This record gives sequence, structure tokens and C-alpha cells, in this order.
Amino acid sequence: MQPFVKLTSIPAPLPLINIDTDMIIPKQFLRTIKRTGLASGLFFEMRFDDHGVPKPDFVLNCDPYTSSTILVAGDNFGCGSSREHAPWALLDFGIRCIIAPSYSDIFFNNCFKNGILPIAIPQEQVDALLKAGSDQKEITIDLDQQKIVCGNDVYDFDIDPFRKQCLMNGLDDIGLTLEKESYISSYEEKRAEEKPWL
Amino acid sequence: MAKTLFEKIWDAHVVHKAPDGTCLIYIDRHLIHEVTSPQAFEGLRMAGRKVRNIGATLAVADHNVPTTDRALGIKDPESKLQIETLEQNVEEFGITYFGMSDKRQGIVHIIGPEQGFTQPGMTIVCGDSHTSTHGAFGALAFGIGTSEVEHVLATQTLIQKPAKTMRITVEGDLHDCVTAKDIVLHIIGLIGTAGGTGYVIEYAGSAIRNLSMEGRMTICNMSIEAGARAGLIAPDQTTFEYIKGRPMAPQGDDWDRAVTWWDSLPTDDGALFDKEIHIDANDIAPSVTWGTSPQDVLPITGVVPDPENESDPNKKAAMIRALDYMGLTAGTKLTDVMIDKVFIGSCTNGRIEDLRAASKIVLGKKVAAHVQAMIVPGSGLVKEQAERESLDKIFLDAGFEWREPGCSLCLGMNEDRLNAGERCASTSNRNFEGRQGRGSRTHLLSPAMAAAAAITGKLTDIRKL
Repeated sequence: MQPFVKLTSIPAPLPLINIDTDMIIPKQFLRTIKRTGLASGLFFEMRFDDHGVPKPDFVLNCDPYTSSTILVAGDNFGCGSSREHAPWALLDFGIRCIIAPSYSDIFFNNCFKNGILPIAIPQEQVDALLKAGSDQKEITIDLDQQKIVCGNDVYDFDIDPFRKQCLMNGLDDIGLTLEKESYISSYEEKRAEEKPWL
Repeated sequence: MAKTLFEKIWDAHVVHKAPDGTCLIYIDRHLIHEVTSPQAFEGLRMAGRKVRNIGATLAVADHNVPTTDRALGIKDPESKLQIETLEQNVEEFGITYFGMSDKRQGIVHIIGPEQGFTQPGMTIVCGDSHTSTHGAFGALAFGIGTSEVEHVLATQTLIQKPAKTMRITVEGDLHDCVTAKDIVLHIIGLIGTAGGTGYVIEYAGSAIRNLSMEGRMTICNMSIEAGARAGLIAPDQTTFEYIKGRPMAPQGDDWDRAVTWWDSLPTDDGALFDKEIHIDANDIAPSVTWGTSPQDVLPITGVVPDPENESDPNKKAAMIRALDYMGLTAGTKLTDVMIDKVFIGSCTNGRIEDLRAASKIVLGKKVAAHVQAMIVPGSGLVKEQAERESLDKIFLDAGFEWREPGCSLCLGMNEDRLNAGERCASTSNRNFEGRQGRGSRTHLLSPAMAAAAAITGKLTDIRKL
């Protein structure tokens, strides 16, 4: 996983609430057996017409947002299905950071597994960053300092310390868990004794 | 100290707790399907890792399977490859698998309970958000992404922090024709699609206790539509009777030991929840969604709402978008909305009780001439049971299609899909834009209400049929 330290980009503004994972990556792209190549399906129905031609009014089809690495969106981003294809598609397009007032739990969790930073901040700060995006102003995300810098404005954000460490160092969860193998083994012994039907 | 059901299950599964509160929790059961597992197995293979607890893992193909004649195979090459990949993976890693010709095959959340694989007090995960279904048994069950599927396969654990707890108490007697589906749609309408974010919801109260296991599963299934990590219902005699004698249920002495533990799980008197909500069962009507989020729900007696009455600009914009997408005009009576298709099935409402409820409405009647209606049983065993009760004949005589089990039109990954602009009365769980096919228009409702819509050709107040 690619470490996440600092990121500067003009953020792509997508001011819709309840953007669900079916919108982010529709079903027909879930038949893949790979994690890569999903950018072509990202926001497919909003991004392309019935003939597969890019819709000129959709933000990610317009310069400079075609090369944005930050997406700013409305409340409850990523609700719905657990499909990790949603963060895979965002990542494949180049998005490394999402900013919204809130997220669905599973999507939020899936982002961290893929080196994407989902930031939750209050609506009025999101509104300011949506405006910065519309005005084509660059913003900078500093994960170490937990700050978003937008011109003269600086917004702090919270992040779980364990997740921060994993993101900044690009750590693999499974490797970390396997360091606790002895705890897992002793739990399993106790479980076999107390609840043999399991 | 008094503990909630959630806290009891959580505490029993902590393998390790770090100083910052991050826990490693043990996973008792892991369900696998073809869509969210190929990349996880590929990850194991690349790292040279094995599946840690094969006995805790059960696999089935459900999302891509055809619901028409299985002998014809799978037409779509990608769907076919995805199922073949699952078959290769279960073979290579030694996992129990119900193949397409096995009568136990079905939707992953139907077959777990059906086999007795799902039991109270367990932690259960699956790369599928509707894993919350299994919470009906008093199991902590939640959906995970593919990276976590790989994590569970390799370590039988997950890295987690405890969720907040919410109790929703539904007290009182339900009106006639009000079902579990109406209860959960009502709840989502009330707390919103993000109302449960960060919480595990325990459903309590007499209206919940009086439900069958099938009804309880419908409620817990849609917890995710309220944003909750999981739904829970305290295990009781109804739960134990459902599990007893199922192929993977504890037997003999183990059964007694298990029941002793299960009996200790319900929330203690005086235990505190982070949030409590009380609902009067009397307030719940047969319900239907009008928009593109499950929270866009109203009693069937309602009218399409007017965005002009919404003060929040973001919500107003979402309503305008939803009405445009759904092809609806504010002020239209919901009972005047004509439909093109009916889908009865899915992990929400594809169980035997759902088919019985629908068949009662359909008996002796005919599907409206302009409507295509289909029944997709949740599993091969549900289908077999329904055929034993001759429910298939009732549906076929009325003009319904009687299909093979799978996820089908709930998400349209197989051939079953709506065309753009088509409107469907659907017993599934999501009415998102494009969910049932590009441009598809979905109205969520109960099996009985879907059956009534099939007969009249429009959304219908079942009490007036």
C-alpha cells in the first residue's frame, strides 16, 4: 500500500448527499476478479451517457478535475453495499482523499485498507472546500499535522491514531495481526474448551 | 455491571486489546460469495498464506447465478469466470461450497441460517453489507470489504473498535397487513439512512419479540440501510426452535451447553445504551418508498412529497433529483403509481414465510396484463419447501414466473434487470439510482404489498384489495 503523507490538489466538488456505492461503481463492474482497472466504471451512470460518451457537465470529465486527487462531497458518502470496488475505482482514477461531513462505516473502513484518506469535517467547512474546488483553488492535506490548508484557512481533522500510522507507513494489516499469532492461538484453545460446538 | 447483548458478544470475542482501545476480535463464522472474494484469495496466494479456520468458512455463488434453466450454463463470460474462480478457490483452500446444482445453494444470508451455520452469540462476517441479517439470531454480524475478507481468511480475526449501541423498542400490536418489512421501512424513514452510522442497533419490544425468525431477519437485514454496522435481536425460544435440528447446529450435550450460553446473552436490566428510540407499533402502516434512498418512505396512503416543503438545501436538491429520476410528480397519490414489474425475493424477503404471504394475496387472481412478475426463492431449499406446499402452482396459475434461487433482480448482476424507465414493486432492500439496471425505478415494499401490486398493476393499499 502506498504511504499517505501530504497531498496537494484542486479538489473536485461533488455536492450531493447520500452518494451510494452503486453510484460510485455500478454492478456491471463487480464481475471482475482483479482490483485494478476500475477507473473506467467510476461514477459510470453519472459520468457517461447511454452510448458511453462522457457527459460534459459531470465534474470528473472537466479539466482541471480530471486530474484531481481530492474529492469533496455531501453527507453520508459511500452508503450502501460493502463492495471494495468503490475505493478501488476511486483510487484507480487517482483519488487519494475524500472530504465529506460523514461516511457509511463500511466504505470508510475500506478506504483505509487502500491508502485512501476519508476526512470527516463539519458541513460549513465542506462548503468552503466545495467553493475552493469550484474556484479551482488548490488545497493541501497534511496527514501528520491533521490539517487541511485552503489559502489562509486551516481546518483540523480527527483520525484514529492506529489508522493514521498504517496510512503514513503504508502498513499491511494482516502482517500486523500475524504478529499477534500467539494471542489468536490461545484464544482458539480456550474457545475449543469452553464452546466445543463452535 | 449490567451489559447489553452487544457488549456480551463483543467481550467474549476480544483476542487482544491495544492501549488505544483497538481490539483484535475473533470471527466465528465467515460466509463467502463469488463477487467480493476473488481478490482476497489472490492476496492469500501471493503472500503464501492459508485459510486459518476452514471449518468456520462456508462458500456459495449467489450474485451472478442465472435464475432461469441452470442447465444452459452462464451466458455472460465475466459472470461465468467469477463463479469458476470461486470454485477453483474453494477447491484449492479446502472450503465447504454449495455449488449451482446443489439444492442447498441460495443467497448467502438465507443459507447460513437455514443450515444452522448461524447461531446466537457468534461473530459472523461476509463481504456483503446485508450480513446484518444474521443479527436476528443474536449474533454480531456485519459486512466487510474484500481486504477484510482476506484478513479473516488469513487470521480468523478482525481489527475493530467497539461500536456505539442503540436500542429501538417497538412496543404494541401491529395493525393487520403490517409486516416486518413495514416496521423496518418505518424505522429507516424515522432515523434516516445515516441514523445508525457508528451504531449497532438492538431491536426490542413486544412487536419484535412476536415476530418469526423470518421477520426478524428482514428487520436486521435492512439495518445497514439505516447506516448501522449491525442489527441485533435477543435470542429466545423462537430462536432456539428455529435452529434445533438444522444440519450445522450443535447436537446432544453440545446443544444443552450452547442453549445455556445463549440464554445468558439478552441485554441485562439496567444496561445502558448510547441512544434509545421508542416506537409505537400502532403508528406503523403498510409502507412503500417513493425515492432513491430507503429513507424516502411513506405509508401507502401518502402522496409524493413536495421538495418545496424541504428547508434543508442539500435535502431539497436530493429530493428534486430523486423525483426527476423516479419520474414522479409531487402530490401524486402513491396508489396511482403504475408499475411494470414485480420482484419478490432477495435476502430481505426471499424466505418461505415471504412466499406464503405473497401467495395468500395471489391465490385465484391474475397478474395485471401489463406487468411482468417474478418470484425468486432465496434458496433451493426454500424453493423445494414452497413446491411441497404447492405455492409455485398458485404463482404460476396467476401468471408469475417461478425462478431458480439467487440474488437476481435485487441488484441485477445476472441477466435479471430492469430496462431504463421501468418501474418495479420490489421486496428487495435498495432503491438507489441504477440499482436494478440503468435508469431503473424501484419501489421497496413487503411481499404481500408486492403481490397486490402485481395483481392491480399499480402500487396498492393491501387493506383495500
